[in-house]
Amino acid sequence: MLAMKTSNVHDWLTEHSDYLYRFALARLRDPHLAEDVVQETFMAAIKSPSFAEQSAPRTWLTGILKHKIIDVMRKHMREIVATDLMHEEDASMDEFFDESGHWSEKPLAWDIPHDALEQKQFLIILQQCMDKLPSKLASLFLMRDVHETDNEEICKELNITSTNAWVMLYRARMGMRKCLEIHWLQA
Amino acid sequence: MLLNCKQTSQLVSQALDRRLSLRERIAVRIHLCICKYCKRFRQQLLAMRNGLRRMTETIEQDTEIRMPSESKARIAKVLDTELK
Repeated sequence: MLAMKTSNVHDWLTEHSDYLYRFALARLRDPHLAEDVVQETFMAAIKSPSFAEQSAPRTWLTGILKHKIIDVMRKHMREIVATDLMHEEDASMDEFFDESGHWSEKPLAWDIPHDALEQKQFLIILQQCMDKLPSKLASLFLMRDVHETDNEEICKELNITSTNAWVMLYRARMGMRKCLEIHWLQA
Repeated sequence: MLLNCKQTSQLVSQALDRRLSLRERIAVRIHLCICKYCKRFRQQLLAMRNGLRRMTETIEQDTEIRMPSESKARIAKVLDTELK
């Protein structure tokens, strides 16, 4: 029984770990975190009483993985103290606008990539810009604009008001757009 | 109520997270009609959002992305220990 379990899990590791890793990486955008949740998924799998019955292991493992991913996101969100976010909120947006509310640096015209190669390059730059976001904004931005988590749920988890969330997301998006503009036009 | 670019950019961003009121939507629309920079800004925000969504799918489906073999080996060891 134990021997079968051991050989099963090794087979599953060989067959499914790359898929699970990609699934996690697509959502967490961090290779180390992605590895961690894949490991946790297999650990949970071998401890589960229904381990032996799985006829569609990939589906089952993916289900476990999804929960682990949510747990990681929740944990990260809890680490963001609400007061940290308030400071972000106060940080002035003066860099983007003048006193009369006009753009200090007007958005330039850049083409949204159409062909597949350009799209791939665009996505690389997008990821690089995301990596530059201050970590507190990055978590919130990831939850909302990548995971498409409900605003309500974000506010509940972070214990912030909708207004706080909108201001943070606005800052993140303004920063991202500017970064994209600089790097995409250089490409 | 005539909006400036700063106010418009804030509402354009918020529109991604909540439903703007009718009054807000009209005010934004009027400003976007007369301001090509804010119009660009909005298009770029949407492109960014679409790009982010596509990215998830792209990574998920890229079979060239693999978990490093040392990591797989490490996990195998941990599982073996657990199974003893």
